[in-house]
Amino acid sequence: MIPELGSFSLALALALALVQGILPIVGAARGDARLMGVARPAAHGQFVFVALAFACQIAGFVNNDFSVLNVATNSNSALPLEYRVAASWGSHEGSLLLWALMLNGWTVAVTVFSRHLPEQVAARVVGVMGLIGVGFLAFMLITSNPFDRLLPAAADGRDLNPLLQDPGMVFHPPMLYMGYVGFSVAFAFSIAALLGGQLDAAWARWSRPWTTVAWVSLTLGICLGSYWAYYELGWGGWWFWDPVENASFLPWLVGTALMHSLAVTEKRGTFKSWTVLLAISAFSLSLLGTFLVRSGVLTSVHAFATDPRRGVFILGLLVLVIGGSLLLFAWRAPKVGLGGSFGVVSRESALLTNNALLSVAAASVLLGTLYPLFLDALKLGKISVGPPYFDAVFVPLMTPVLFLMAIAPFARWKNDTVPALAVRLRWAFGVALVSALLLPLALGAWSPMVALGLFLSLWIFATSAQHLYLRLRGKAAEGTAGSRLRAIPGGWWGMWLAHIGIGVTVIGITLVKGYEQNLDVKMTTGDTAHLAGYTFKFMGVSERNGPNFVAASALIEVTRDGKPVAMMKPEKRMYKVQQMPMTEGAIDPGFTRDLYISMGEPLPGTEAWIVRIFYKPFVGWIWWGAIFMGIGGLIAAADKRYRKLAERAATRRPATPAAAPAPAR
Amino acid sequence: MGRYLIPLGLFVVLVGFLAVGLNLNPRELPSPLIDKPAPAFKVPQLHALDKTIARDDLKGKVWLLNVWASWCVSCRQEHPVLVELAKSNAVPIYGLNYKDQREAGLAWLNQHGNPYVISAFDQDGRVGIDFGVYGVPETFLIDKNGIIRYKHTGPVTPDAVQNLILPKVKELNAAS
Repeated sequence: MIPELGSFSLALALALALVQGILPIVGAARGDARLMGVARPAAHGQFVFVALAFACQIAGFVNNDFSVLNVATNSNSALPLEYRVAASWGSHEGSLLLWALMLNGWTVAVTVFSRHLPEQVAARVVGVMGLIGVGFLAFMLITSNPFDRLLPAAADGRDLNPLLQDPGMVFHPPMLYMGYVGFSVAFAFSIAALLGGQLDAAWARWSRPWTTVAWVSLTLGICLGSYWAYYELGWGGWWFWDPVENASFLPWLVGTALMHSLAVTEKRGTFKSWTVLLAISAFSLSLLGTFLVRSGVLTSVHAFATDPRRGVFILGLLVLVIGGSLLLFAWRAPKVGLGGSFGVVSRESALLTNNALLSVAAASVLLGTLYPLFLDALKLGKISVGPPYFDAVFVPLMTPVLFLMAIAPFARWKNDTVPALAVRLRWAFGVALVSALLLPLALGAWSPMVALGLFLSLWIFATSAQHLYLRLRGKAAEGTAGSRLRAIPGGWWGMWLAHIGIGVTVIGITLVKGYEQNLDVKMTTGDTAHLAGYTFKFMGVSERNGPNFVAASALIEVTRDGKPVAMMKPEKRMYKVQQMPMTEGAIDPGFTRDLYISMGEPLPGTEAWIVRIFYKPFVGWIWWGAIFMGIGGLIAAADKRYRKLAERAATRRPATPAAAPAPAR
Repeated sequence: MGRYLIPLGLFVVLVGFLAVGLNLNPRELPSPLIDKPAPAFKVPQLHALDKTIARDDLKGKVWLLNVWASWCVSCRQEHPVLVELAKSNAVPIYGLNYKDQREAGLAWLNQHGNPYVISAFDQDGRVGIDFGVYGVPETFLIDKNGIIRYKHTGPVTPDAVQNLILPKVKELNAAS
């Protein structure tokens, strides 16, 4: 009964999505206030029914209803409750439902926070999001209904893939999807602006907080995924350039460019068509990511069961959404105008250069991800593109980005000169350069890549410190340093923190790549091993029974110069239902290093095990940097400026006729 | 308007590739299961449903697992090759009758010859999913410790038997 209710809710949601997608847009074109008024109630109704369907699905998982195919293939009665809930988005069908729920959540947020927007803009934005909803709900109902029955019912489920039985599964996909789908708001604003023919500073200002929040979710989602891979996959890697990882990284790169481009469009009125194109691209890449993961055109460690019929449907969806919006772009953007001019050396050109580099980086990651497919399509053989390609392409592209991002906040809008910038930044440059050249010697071994990475991050730190200092010093007439500190807007703090976050992440990547050490040893009870000044003593292995697995749990005592550091318990688990062995690494995290131990195989006929020990300097900084970026983004999105503008617009609104005929055409 | 059409043009090219890609088979990519333990299974035998066959029954010998089905056209193409290989006694071949009707599978073996020591009957395809089967036929070479050492996707050709499978079988049999 409950699954049928879920199916029925989805069908109703689809009907409401059609209403939400068509009537308000027609209304906005005709200036019909009644039709535009449909947008909000339809969006709310759609949200209610999708949420109901989602609740039905979770109920199926929680109650172990193995007459539902999706539950039977992805859950098991022995699975702990939190993973039964998480299993509901572990499958293809369930993750689509989560996608739809997120889309509706964002739409409702738009209807709530857009009360100050002109009626036509709000109607178009909500309408575009409705159309996206139509695509996804239809996809679900036609090819991947999460409520399909399995009759006769299975006695028990096939269990969730053990790799996914982890707290990471509870938080990572929702966070990542929130970011993916969040770019639909910036996309909808851009399409609405193209439809209305009004690409102005106001449009950029409305889009900015939405883009920033989506970017924050995506940043944190990627960060969670990377940390999860680090501790769960058991070999201590944190980024694999896997097609699915790339699918989340592509919108992040373009979204980063979009955030900065929107800032310029708002402040200076330039880059308009470029900004629109970035907004379309960011969301298109989110959709493309979905296509790549779901269609089976690429194989990946993340790939779920794939089905070519689904691939055809998603490709059709891509053609409609992306092709349609790019056609609209080609038709309307030429009329937008170019905005103010700016000099070769100016903040605009620094931002534009970085935007271009980020886009090129995204394009090369996309190329690397799709290259095997291109070659295959052209009958040139099958290959796979691995980390060597991505490292070789990505580092040279990111180096100027990191260098320029430290300069851009210092450059003046419109026009600046190189000598003036050089004078302003000479101390920061000197400090960063000298420390970057000397620090690797103190850390043990000098290598050009370590020096380069350290220079870029120290350069970002030094210029950030200088920027804050200049803000606080100000002019004598402008009150005390304390009052100047309070006067700094949230947007500035957000930028400052996020930039520092990038520096922190770069330090982590540089040092872990440069100074990581590892050791594979055979150990039996009482054996010791030495790595990076630490002593590891193998205390023995014991059996442990988990809810749905049995584990061989080792106990390893870590000491340094005779002083205890940690007791670490790496495990080798065997999940009973899927008969899949899993390595559960043990991590002793620290500010300047992580110790990481994972169990290899037991040596047949003996008590001995192969044990892998890693010393990973500063690896945690990779994720701390991402958290800084996330906090920075949130502070920027919460900037009072947006609320003040909203209030001002709201008080002004009665003066402008809400149902004015559309200026379009 | 010309330059504003560039993004659309690029996208059209991309769609062309994706559309072609959808019709390609990614199965020749290396399997992530190579050098990993074969997934455990225990399913009925095709010829005698009251008996089962399990991965661990086959420990200690080098064997081939051939995924086949009566509905699979390419299986007909590879079948004579397998029958020849079975006659040579170089390596025992076990079948995995994948998502098939039992009667159809038995009839098919009667008609074309049965190269399999035993065929496992994987009616709902769960064993196939565990083995990461993308399309039938696929053939796995599994060593004495139950580790997958080689995966052949698509029909097995005489050439593949002589130059890939048999040398590997020899090598694995020689290993302790």
